[in-house]
Amino acid sequence: MKRTLYFLVPLLAFIALTAFFLRGLSLDPREIPSPLIGKPAPAFQTPKLAAPGENVTNKDMLGQVWILNVWASWCVPCREEHPVWNKFMRDKPVTLVGLNYKDEDTNANRWLRDLGNPYTLSIADHDGRVGIDFGVYGVPETFVIDRTGVIRYKHIGAMTAAVLEQKIVPLLQELNKS
Amino acid sequence: MSRLLVRATGALLVALWMGSAFANEATPTLADPVAAKREVELAAQLRCLVCQNQSIAESNAPLAADLRKQLREQIEAGRTDAQIVEYMTARYGDFVLYKPPFKPETLVLWFGPAILLVIGGFVLARTLRARRVAAATNLSAQDHERAASLLAGAGKGAGKP
Repeated sequence: MKRTLYFLVPLLAFIALTAFFLRGLSLDPREIPSPLIGKPAPAFQTPKLAAPGENVTNKDMLGQVWILNVWASWCVPCREEHPVWNKFMRDKPVTLVGLNYKDEDTNANRWLRDLGNPYTLSIADHDGRVGIDFGVYGVPETFVIDRTGVIRYKHIGAMTAAVLEQKIVPLLQELNKS
Repeated sequence: MSRLLVRATGALLVALWMGSAFANEATPTLADPVAAKREVELAAQLRCLVCQNQSIAESNAPLAADLRKQLREQIEAGRTDAQIVEYMTARYGDFVLYKPPFKPETLVLWFGPAILLVIGGFVLARTLRARRVAAATNLSAQDHERAASLLAGAGKGAGKP
């Protein structure tokens, strides 16, 4: 009996190892957990895309639940997610702020004119500094920020209808209630 | 002939000048050599999040260039290495550090290999001891006699080429 157990140990170790490897196959190494979740959104002051003379700061956004979507006209997955935002924002369920990341204003404005503008407000981060403060390492990225200015959720990569339905919408409902 | 020489020298000078112009772009812009060394050392410790197997010193990704710029600016502003590393981890998490920090969540990472080694050594020692005990006890009196006769036989054979 003891002997059989003895031989089972390597087998069990092997099964445990295989389980870890299988789990690893379905993980995306590009999705790095953000240390900013549960923390106040970083302070920023950026010009509006439509009116470069006017600035928007993080304080302007306090008191409402909002979504920050970081995008750029040179970013291919942004083109993929754009129709998703257009559809989601048709009924304007939330304040969606577009942070145009390291882009030319003319290109960004042309993009919004040609592909539709789902954003409640568009701001421009020309040198990418706001992006760095938000820990952005690949556009598009999306943040859900609550009334007190705390980041509650981050999505890396193109937004999908499934993520909006399953994660974002329930979270918005919860945040709007409290 | 001399004309050719002049041309060749001119071309060489242009090439050298261009080479140095490009070289200037690639090197850190910090004038102070100590600060420049700090920048390179810090950049080598930080992981580029776009190409994850490169440090921000090695990576050509635009984000890595931006982060190197951040390093330079912060070094120029007189911030310490610890403050700069803190700045990076506050934004990108411990993942940016090639050397993981020592804290409760990383204890398994730091001590796991050592613990496995100790367990392995323990199992090995036990197995070897069990084997030796088995070898010592499993010989019957007959076996001992046979071994003795074999040894004696080998002794007789010794000396022959």
